[in-house]
Amino acid sequence: MDVKIGELPSWKVMWDFTPKGIVGAFQRGYCCYYDKYEQVCQCEERGRCWGFYGAYVLFNYCLSCKELKCERPHKHHQGETSVDGAL
Amino acid sequence: MNENLFASFATPTMMGLPIVILIIMFPSILFPSSNRLINNRLISIQQWLVQLTSKQMMTIHNNKGQTWTLMLMSLILFIGSTNLLGLLPHSFTPTTQLSMNLGMAIPLWAGTVFMGFRHKTKAALAHFLPQGTPIFLIPMLVIIETISLFIQPMALAVRLTANITAGHLLIHLIGGATLALMDISPSTALITFIILILLTILEFAVAMIQAYVFTLLVSLYLHDNT
Repeated sequence: MDVKIGELPSWKVMWDFTPKGIVGAFQRGYCCYYDKYEQVCQCEERGRCWGFYGAYVLFNYCLSCKELKCERPHKHHQGETSVDGAL
Repeated sequence: MNENLFASFATPTMMGLPIVILIIMFPSILFPSSNRLINNRLISIQQWLVQLTSKQMMTIHNNKGQTWTLMLMSLILFIGSTNLLGLLPHSFTPTTQLSMNLGMAIPLWAGTVFMGFRHKTKAALAHFLPQGTPIFLIPMLVIIETISLFIQPMALAVRLTANITAGHLLIHLIGGATLALMDISPSTALITFIILILLTILEFAVAMIQAYVFTLLVSLYLHDNT
């Protein structure tokens, strides 16, 4: 879609700001990504968008990073090491 | 240890703002709507799955019941995709929250009950007393049937919550055990790891089965009332 810089305000006003429109925009974006990068590859596994799920896992890992820091091994001030793991 | 076990069930926040709504809406992106005669592979596979499921689930219903097809198909897709996405590492599963499952179960169950009372009042009231009941048992049985009716949405919600939560807890526990055993006894850790793999496969099946069971039970309640 070609939009000139001068036409940007009028183009932005044309957007559909309803919830259905916003979800549709994300779906179209995902479809464009899939058609451009995933479907061209003939391998079936790539068709499942592992990169997309990987980004989701990474996003959730970043969110839960603070809780995970408690599970890492840490040293006492006397130099002894202890594992404060999940068990 | 107790805090670590249940930390994964806390609603996620980003810079103090709750993002649970974004995570609930996330599966909808994975089911794009089609506006072409011949679609790409992803949409074709999804459409085939939806048609297979809707045929299997909605053939028992009459015309009035089949008006719920869109609702029930959306329900099974939402619960199935949410449960499966929850099996990814570090992800939050909305269906582990009882509040959310009650929010799905109660309106759907109430919709079927009100539909039954509105369109087939006598038949709906007749459900409170099974045929062939001895006369002296009638008052007790009416009470029991009323209780069983009101238990239905609770059972729907609690079943889904308990199954998904229990599965995630087991994975967390056995994963932690495997990590702890790696330094102590690698052979035992290997056995525990194999158990973890089998449990993960089971959880994939449970995720899909629970979505199917939830939707099937709502469909059955609808069938009883239409």
